[in-house]
Amino acid sequence: MLTAADLRGGSARRRREATIRRLFAAAAAVSVVISAVIVLALIGKAVDFLRQIDPSWLVADGWFPRRNQFSIPTLFAASVIVAGIAMAIAAPLGLASAIYLSEYASPRARRMLKPIVELLAGIPSIVVGFFALTIVSPDIVQRFFGSATFFNMMAAGIGVGILSVPLVATIAEDALRAVPRSLREGAYGLGARRRTTSLRVVVPAATSGIAAALILGVSRAIGETMVVLIVAGGTGGSAFTVDPLGPGQTATGAMAALAIGSDQVKGAGPAFASLFFVGLLLFCVTFALNLASERFVRRARRHG
Amino acid sequence: MGAVLAGETSSAVSAGLRGRRRDVAGGLFAAALLGALLLSLLILLALLWDVVRTGLPVLTDRGADFLTAGPSASPASAGIGAALIGSFIMVGIVALVAFPFGVGAAVYLEEYARDTRVTRFISTNVRNLAGVPSIVYGILGLVIFVGVLNRIVDIHDTGSLLSGGLTLSALVLPIVIITTSEALRAVPRSLREAAFGVGATRWEVIRHHVLPAAAPGIVTGTVLSLARAFGETAPLLLVGAVTGFFSVGDAGALDRLLRSPYSALPVQILAWTRLPNEAFTALAAAAIVVMMAILLVVNGMALWLRNRYERAW
Repeated sequence: MLTAADLRGGSARRRREATIRRLFAAAAAVSVVISAVIVLALIGKAVDFLRQIDPSWLVADGWFPRRNQFSIPTLFAASVIVAGIAMAIAAPLGLASAIYLSEYASPRARRMLKPIVELLAGIPSIVVGFFALTIVSPDIVQRFFGSATFFNMMAAGIGVGILSVPLVATIAEDALRAVPRSLREGAYGLGARRRTTSLRVVVPAATSGIAAALILGVSRAIGETMVVLIVAGGTGGSAFTVDPLGPGQTATGAMAALAIGSDQVKGAGPAFASLFFVGLLLFCVTFALNLASERFVRRARRHG
Repeated sequence: MGAVLAGETSSAVSAGLRGRRRDVAGGLFAAALLGALLLSLLILLALLWDVVRTGLPVLTDRGADFLTAGPSASPASAGIGAALIGSFIMVGIVALVAFPFGVGAAVYLEEYARDTRVTRFISTNVRNLAGVPSIVYGILGLVIFVGVLNRIVDIHDTGSLLSGGLTLSALVLPIVIITTSEALRAVPRSLREAAFGVGATRWEVIRHHVLPAAAPGIVTGTVLSLARAFGETAPLLLVGAVTGFFSVGDAGALDRLLRSPYSALPVQILAWTRLPNEAFTALAAAAIVVMMAILLVVNGMALWLRNRYERAW
């Protein structure tokens, strides 16, 4: 008679299976190890930094690491301004693209138009930085705003916005396409036009997914480094400013400037260590935004 | 009389269904949406025009010399040779590290793990890692792949090609895991069940059926991640990529990997972009043209591969 023992297979075979399973589990554990190491490294070094400084340095007049001025509000204001300008571009462009691709485009048109978004997503940020410096700043920002300096946060925000469009468009489109067909058919059956159906039925049904797309867009915009480093100016430091037409220093820009040593501080001392403190703040903010968007995605799935 | 009424009713109904007048606002709305998409295309074209216009003269004048020359203080003799080699070696390291670990992690999460709290924690963790700003990975690299590695083997104090490659591997690992997971999920359950049904073990099912079926998706995802690593700049600034001038002389292969200063194509582009001299701006644009050409070929190949071999189940 055939028993369960016969079906289990030989012991060598079972041992091999167990070994392979453990190998795969180890590979999966690597990602957890990486996150743990990032968090520990950031916290450890950030604490080192805080020990070296006087707390009042964190609310100094500006961000000048060489002069022991580590004004966090300065970095915060600039990051918010750049991310705000970026989202003023990425939100309408990304959402409009998503609605067109999901609700209006025929399958054929979609096959032709979708690659635009994919191509834009594949452009390295250094290339957009170059574009922002050579075209956006002189030919767009300075032309329309005469008072703008050559290095300005407006051009940086526009560049970061260009980089965030594909992310917003892709995630929002996924959310819109996940809305069940029956909702659209119900709206058409009641005599609604396509625009009414899209804006009053499909978009509201996809609110959670769209919110997730916008939050991830903000997170991406805050974490973007190269465009800001190249075109926002202020690599040597910056006073507190909220003028988008002038230079400014974002959190990422400050880190990159410290890393390439353009303020001549590479090495010991609190200036270089501030890199880790700013990195920790950046990590916490983007982590919170990513968690929030994850929550929205889960809610979308539950109601979808 | 009945016929008249029926005729009136049907024309009223069809008029009602047609709408009173042409839907001008709706047409404008659709045009505005399409305009947003075309604006993205316009930005793309303006960007390409900008770099080609600025960089092409350098490529046509210098030709192969620009591709092989090392860094130099003089724009007439500076090239991207050393930076290209650095980028290729680092992408090679990424392929060797991120591909096995990424695919392994995805196989575990999709094929082995039950839906437990730990599994869900790992999945959430992977998605969050994919959203961590790239410059933060530079800090990971600085602390671990420069600091700790320096204590184990004697590497260049501010980082080496190995540090850069490992940092980029950590950066793209979550992307490899996510794209591989998607490819594995697209393989239908019935395929696995059929293999289990004829007595295959889990590993045999994975090796002989699931992985071959998911291969096009996995390879495409991995290649796109390598392209991402190739274009990434920010984390390398923290692990010692040189933005200035350097020479590796006649260092041996191991020395080159561990103990020599290095650069990468995007880092070289950054260095030239930051110099005020217009001759260097042209060099930066020329290097961007080379980088975009490489990315276009690689991404194009990956997408072609997927469209050619991917099966719809």
